[in-house]
Amino acid sequence: MTLYEAEKNREYTIAGLFVEEAVTRRLQALGLNDGTRIKVLNRKKKGALIIKVRGTRLALGRHLSANIEIKEEGGHA
Amino acid sequence: MHKNQIHAACVGNPNCGKTTLFNALTGAKLKVANWPGVTVEKVEGQTSYEGMDICLVDTPGIYSLTCYTIEEKVTRKCVMDDDIDVIINIVDASSLERNLYLTLQLLELGKPVVLALNMMDIVQERGMEIDLHRLPEMLGDIPVVPVSAAKRTGLDILLHAVVHHYEEGQNAEYILQYPDEIENKIAKLEVMMQAHYPTHSSVRWHAIKLLENDEEVLEEHPISTEHIGSKSYEKEIISCKYAYIESVVKEALFHKNRKEAATDKVDKLLTSEWLGLPVFLCIMGLVFFLTFAVGDLLKGIFEEGLGFVSALASDGLRGIGTADWLVSLIVDGIIAGVGGILTFIPNIFILFLALAILEDSGYMARVAYVMDSIMGKVGLSGKAFLPMILGFGCTVPAIMASRALETEHDRRKTMIITPFMSCSARLPVYVIFSQMFFPKTAGAVAFSFYVIGMLVAIVTAHVLNKVEKGHENDSLLIELPEYKRPNARTVRIYVWNKLKDYLTKAGTTIFIASILIWFILNFGVTGMVDNPADSFGAVIGRILVPLLAPAGLGMWQIGVALIAGISAKEVVVSSFSVLFGAANANSAAGMETIVANVQAANPSFGPLNAYCLMLFCLLYVPCVAAVAAIRKESGSAKFTFGLMAFQILLAWVVATLVFQIGSLFI
Repeated sequence: MTLYEAEKNREYTIAGLFVEEAVTRRLQALGLNDGTRIKVLNRKKKGALIIKVRGTRLALGRHLSANIEIKEEGGHA
Repeated sequence: MHKNQIHAACVGNPNCGKTTLFNALTGAKLKVANWPGVTVEKVEGQTSYEGMDICLVDTPGIYSLTCYTIEEKVTRKCVMDDDIDVIINIVDASSLERNLYLTLQLLELGKPVVLALNMMDIVQERGMEIDLHRLPEMLGDIPVVPVSAAKRTGLDILLHAVVHHYEEGQNAEYILQYPDEIENKIAKLEVMMQAHYPTHSSVRWHAIKLLENDEEVLEEHPISTEHIGSKSYEKEIISCKYAYIESVVKEALFHKNRKEAATDKVDKLLTSEWLGLPVFLCIMGLVFFLTFAVGDLLKGIFEEGLGFVSALASDGLRGIGTADWLVSLIVDGIIAGVGGILTFIPNIFILFLALAILEDSGYMARVAYVMDSIMGKVGLSGKAFLPMILGFGCTVPAIMASRALETEHDRRKTMIITPFMSCSARLPVYVIFSQMFFPKTAGAVAFSFYVIGMLVAIVTAHVLNKVEKGHENDSLLIELPEYKRPNARTVRIYVWNKLKDYLTKAGTTIFIASILIWFILNFGVTGMVDNPADSFGAVIGRILVPLLAPAGLGMWQIGVALIAGISAKEVVVSSFSVLFGAANANSAAGMETIVANVQAANPSFGPLNAYCLMLFCLLYVPCVAAVAAIRKESGSAKFTFGLMAFQILLAWVVATLVFQIGSLFI
């Protein structure tokens, strides 16, 4: 599943970043990498969301959330 | 190698308090706010510690030493500079995990690094604890100094550490070891680097960057990496760093999730899907209500003061036998022009106070999230809304803030629409003309221009989006900082800087413009003239009359005022005072004089004309300072002139449409 489909107040693990090269590096610098655990703090229906990652909050737009693969905590994609 | 001056750079993640610390150390008064991306240029300052001069450089915040954004390029260039002896890495202790990623990269450079742990108060508030013994151990025994940039504690200890660590030099041994495969390649590249560039100081860092296929480093150091395989190890290297950080955090940070941060509770309301937007609109409504309503209450005091000064100057100068022309220059030119602008200080003060509080509280970054869906519809990310809000204060810093956007395309688009946000210089124009021609509904009329400006900005962005359809826009990506109570000192610096700018502008641009206007109105080809209609000003203004007539602005005086207004928008008001002979435009008597004189010159000039005039002022070319900022940030004269032409054309078309359609009904 993608981050776009993630639910509020649940935790997930990043399974893959499928965005442009430059954006990938920026996300990685912000600590989002394969295997990183995140928590969805808030989200809008149309896909913009706020996540908590490594102790900081990030707001991500829809284009990003739709291209980030996640796994449910302890579950499968 | 001992010298008595050290060059140190403040480096750190965005919004970790670099500039606050820089201000505290150097006594500088740079702008600080609680959202990422406030500092966009490097700034230098001086301080000293026990006889050692320390030259400090403040840099834009970065997450990584790569070079994908303008900020990263600026900071990286500064840090790599051989002049920099010590790096002060400022770290937000409340988000240690993310901040240490940059620290590890800085350590790889091989320069002495001093870690300044900022925001320890938040750490304590949340019940977390940092092992100040174990943390430096795991970072290669670099000095780690807890500081509070806001409360100015720990600063001497930090400077001591900087001087001491500079003298000692950086530990040669580096703490983070990569897997053997990568280490072997680093070793090979290091040998090659040393052979090619024997004087290089940060060989390991360059070797690692070569393995990451860093474009800039590859370009500057064209070493063939073929024999070790051209595969990029970037991902592995990043993973290794974060894995190491996890182990550091595990050993040095305790009680990580003890308390839910207060910020998260506040965010439930402020960023909620349904209430986020209404809350934002209420806040902005409140800002403008305070600016106009409370500002107007305070204005009375300034008006009386100005009337007093004007009368005193006039009587005093005549009393000592000053020539009439000089009295006229001072009273009708300078006091009328500059003085009228000064009476707006209360409004400007409240507007900037409100913006300072908004910026320092941490709410700004949330606005980017809240507005993301709306901005997305016009092809921009929510982040582009931040320059637009700053535009309510002043267009110049707003244009500079557009740097925080990732792509050139988005930056330019934001530069096109930001000037439509009504800046504080346009406020006097709206207030004066609304009160003169719409005495009963002045507030609503003035406010309508703020709304129209935003609508024009959004429609323009929408049209651009349609024209370039299919362009994939930047997606929102912004860190949301911790909320905090606005710092009194930060707010004071912010507001004082803005007021100082306003006063300086009144003392320079508006002062000179007022004298020039007085001159071109009182002199003509025959020398000093009694009737302004024979003056140079009238000659210039008349050229524009046929062009401005369709928009209801066909008076030579308006032509003069609009041209003068390009120097600064307030000058439209001061020109009107000078043109229509009122000592203080911002007083009841002054306004009556102006209205009477305007209507004496052109009996048909009514509210509709005044509305079109304000509309024109909103939309046409922003002041020269803003144009210069656009030129600098876009790096293109063609773009800048194109934009100016567009603004003038748009102002004319909109004002003409409103006037022609409005005339049918009146």
